[in-house]
Amino acid sequence: MSAFLSDLFANFWVSLAGKLLLVALMIPLVGMVIGYAEMKLSAKMQARVGPYFAGGRWGWAQLIADGVKFFQKEDLIPEEADRPVFKIAPVLVLISTVALLVVIPFGPGIIFRDLSVGVFYALAISSLSTVGILMAGWSSGNKYSLMGGLRAAGQLIAYELPLVLAVIGSVMLAGTMSMSGIVEAQIEAGYPYLIIQFVGFGIFMVAALAELSRIPFDMPIAESELVMGYLTEYSGFRFLFFFLAEFANMFTLSAIAVTLFLGGYWLPGIPEDVLAYAGPVIVLAKTFLLVFAMIWFRWTFPRFREDQLQSLAWKWLIPLALANIIITGAFKVYL
Amino acid sequence: MSVSEWLGSPVNWVFLVVALATLFSSWRVVTAKNVVHAALYLVAALGGTAVLFLMLSAEFVAWVVVLVYIGAVLVLFLFGIMITRAPTGKDVGLDTPHKTWPALLSVATFVLLSWASIQAFGTTQVESVGEPTSTEVLGLALLGRFVIPFEVVSFVLLAALIGGVTIARRDLSPVEEEERRAV
Repeated sequence: MSAFLSDLFANFWVSLAGKLLLVALMIPLVGMVIGYAEMKLSAKMQARVGPYFAGGRWGWAQLIADGVKFFQKEDLIPEEADRPVFKIAPVLVLISTVALLVVIPFGPGIIFRDLSVGVFYALAISSLSTVGILMAGWSSGNKYSLMGGLRAAGQLIAYELPLVLAVIGSVMLAGTMSMSGIVEAQIEAGYPYLIIQFVGFGIFMVAALAELSRIPFDMPIAESELVMGYLTEYSGFRFLFFFLAEFANMFTLSAIAVTLFLGGYWLPGIPEDVLAYAGPVIVLAKTFLLVFAMIWFRWTFPRFREDQLQSLAWKWLIPLALANIIITGAFKVYL
Repeated sequence: MSVSEWLGSPVNWVFLVVALATLFSSWRVVTAKNVVHAALYLVAALGGTAVLFLMLSAEFVAWVVVLVYIGAVLVLFLFGIMITRAPTGKDVGLDTPHKTWPALLSVATFVLLSWASIQAFGTTQVESVGEPTSTEVLGLALLGRFVIPFEVVSFVLLAALIGGVTIARRDLSPVEEEERRAV
């Protein structure tokens, strides 16, 4: 049986279809788990109960019910909208998230595709979502949407730089841009890069929060100012696409942070042969820890002002990231 | 190699589809009646270019095209267009009567370049160099043998950056200066 399976998956097309199916299943699943966690945790932090009835207990089926509800809704497109652009935008945003999963190592050899320029690929692909958000904001034919799209673009441009620069520290230490190569370098070094790259990790997480447009960086969809920003005119399954992309993106960006700074699928003291099986569990546990922190931030911090956001990126994070690169370089050469 | 032989290989099919899509998008960049559509077709054209680089195993260059051109340059294009003028629907101010000479010029450039490459290479097939150049080799070459041209280019870019800031910057009048300090 297993020989038959391995023969089957040796076929390029079968393995490609299998991987595609796995990714296509992972995104909604991860989105639902994080969405549910967000609902329950926010309820906890506000001394509420949260979803309770759906599914009979703990409201576990709330997100499934929500998903079904979104699919039943009418697919509304505003009269003034630019129809083709309006329709493509959510797909582009979701694709850029799905494509990120390709380079995340879930265990030794458990990776969809180990690109030699993995880190670079992740940064390039994630920048695609900016185009999708601008398209969504413009094509809605609504001033609030356009303002939201512009704010999002300004924010993503500003935080793209610290994100890229923060990653360079880990790449320099590992001497490779391959994601699994970076994890292996950390195993070989015997410590996660967090220990020397704590500045890089901090910058990465702040920039990731901004890239996700989550509180305290949620000016693009600030409800009290812009209705819902670039999401205003979206409804039904197109809204669901944005919604899924946001939650899945929390997962992928956290998983990238885990790979680059927290040792990926490695935990000290666990032998190599156990890692092969325990790897995915360890990655998921570390990733959900970071996702939890993101949710925690959302329900604890107020929103930044637009000018504070820009000066934080340009005056603090970018110089700090550059200094981090110089120090890491000196560390690498002299130690 | 005959046409049917050429079409026998699936790689060539992928190339054909991507190249035609890129050509079509580039054509639409010039002919689109809406300036945002033109910019979005440029995104598609550059995406096609990136895929062509990928097909040549130039992975690093392909993702540089995506990160720098789509992720930064075109996002700024779109940002600039949308913040100044961006009506949905047809944009009337886009057409120009001066089409003939630029069109002739581009056709002439195309003919010249094609003629030059056919003259230079004819039917010679480019031999595969084997292993694709790894990013590591590329980086070592840029910061080793080609470090001086690399630094010169970055210096020119820095000068352009400072120039851009100087042009865009508006000096405040003394009254405005005072107001700003008060805030």
